Amino acid sequence: MPAASKAVAVSPATAVPVPGTSAEIVTFRPPLRPALERAGEMARHVAGIVLPPLIVIGLSLFVWQLLCSEPGARLPPPTKVVADAWDFIVDPFYDNGGIDKGAFWQISQSLGRVGIGFSFAAVVGVALGVLIGQSTWAMRGLDPIFQVLRTVPPLAWLPLSLAGFRHSDPSALFVIFITSIWPIIINTSVGVRNIPQDYRNVAAVIRLSWWEVFWKITLPATVPYIFTGLRIGVGLSWLAIVAAEMLIGGVGIGFFIWDAWNSSRISDIIVALVYIGIVGFLLDKLIAAIGHFVSHGVAAQ
Amino acid sequence: MTQPYLKFEQIGMRFRRGQMSTEVLRDIDLIIDKGEFVSLIGHSGCGKSTLLNILGGLLQSTTGEVFLEGKVVDDPGPDRAIVFQNHSLLPWLTVYGNVAIAVDKVFGKSKSKEERHDWVMHNLELVQMAQAKDKRPHEISGGMKQRVGIARALAMQPKVLLMDEPFGALDALTRAHLQDSVMEIHARLGNTVMMITHDVDEAVLLSDRVVMMTNGPSATIGEILKIDLPRPRRRLELATDAEYARCRAAVLEFLYARHRVPVRAAA
Repeated sequence: MPAASKAVAVSPATAVPVPGTSAEIVTFRPPLRPALERAGEMARHVAGIVLPPLIVIGLSLFVWQLLCSEPGARLPPPTKVVADAWDFIVDPFYDNGGIDKGAFWQISQSLGRVGIGFSFAAVVGVALGVLIGQSTWAMRGLDPIFQVLRTVPPLAWLPLSLAGFRHSDPSALFVIFITSIWPIIINTSVGVRNIPQDYRNVAAVIRLSWWEVFWKITLPATVPYIFTGLRIGVGLSWLAIVAAEMLIGGVGIGFFIWDAWNSSRISDIIVALVYIGIVGFLLDKLIAAIGHFVSHGVAAQ
Repeated sequence: MTQPYLKFEQIGMRFRRGQMSTEVLRDIDLIIDKGEFVSLIGHSGCGKSTLLNILGGLLQSTTGEVFLEGKVVDDPGPDRAIVFQNHSLLPWLTVYGNVAIAVDKVFGKSKSKEERHDWVMHNLELVQMAQAKDKRPHEISGGMKQRVGIARALAMQPKVLLMDEPFGALDALTRAHLQDSVMEIHARLGNTVMMITHDVDEAVLLSDRVVMMTNGPSATIGEILKIDLPRPRRRLELATDAEYARCRAAVLEFLYARHRVPVRAAA
């Protein structure tokens, strides 16, 4: 095999014993593996990741098709879903006025609400979490309340917030906020409490001020915990927005589903479900990626 | 009589937990000269770390005072920089950043930006870590982390350098290498150093004096051994040196014959 013999010829072990000429031979170049071999390895690696889910999805669709194909089936088979919802799938940007808009507008409306509600939750949650993490008394006083409140289902807040805000839009934002804030508070406070004493000692020895400790030690040391909370929070807020939109109406992927149900467009519902799942997945990955970037990969450890 | 550089005066320490109160240290009197390298040795639980932390200002002694250049020590500060046992580098900062955070704080007013940068690099070069300045702590070995810890402490230009079992977590070869580095730096800068160790060879090799502590609770200074070996010391030559062997035997004798860990504590 030519590649192997070439490798032996340039290896440093054979180059060293010739003192006079060693300067020319010492440059060590790893033998180039044939491009084909590398491409094959790459393809195998990618196939290993992509193929299993594809097979499972294919099988599920097949079984679904079988189960729902007979006449009188209550749910449409995949082929019918695609055929029925074809307009909705191929043109996400249509806008016929009112709430009759394409998938892109529906989803971006929902994402906008999540963006606002979740941002508030992130800022307030991290601030409260830091406060609680630093004070034993605040922890003892507030933690039981949080532990109870965080189990309240998102929709249970909606009537109360409608009563308080009297408008549906701020109510939806409030539901997002109140749903996603608990894991952010709790994780942040745990992170602050878990800052190693060593870091505090370092801060004490170099005499960092309170503000410098917060900015240079507390916050960066807590980043992995904060992002764990943010990831759980963004998932919860995406769960909550769909339910909240079903009740408050208007444009948004949640009400789209409700509207589709009311007009018996079952296929549209199924397509919307797939979109919601994908968007939720992407949101989670987005927060994880930001967390990875912000913590310089330390969070992954 | 001139004022002692560093003086422990009747230091005693009690820890209270609820109704229980344990005396960890009592009657510690010690004077350390400028430029002296002093090791504290003793069995686990004899209060070595407590004493170091009192000097570092991280703990307040129950009785007695520590005086550094005549001034009472009562809070942590960069004039008593600490090299921690587990390096305590901040994982989100680079090697450079870990030293710079101390330099920027300590010399933020007295040095310009360029001077501070040069000073960080100078200290990294001192511990041979300049080439790894952009690495993060999780990307470098335990020995390298400890080098950065030492650079951070040295960069504060402390009046006393405190080392809390700095090489305890390292393998024997890395440890020997770092001991040589510390001796070299000590010879070059003439720092005053107080080091805690478990290792008899390390204590004898590095120190001008070895302070041996009795067993706790209520530990105190049992004996102080002066190591009269010329510097620079080389571990290979010392291996067969009679004076080295005598000092080593004296410390071992103290630790294992006269102040053996009582059976109940060892269990």
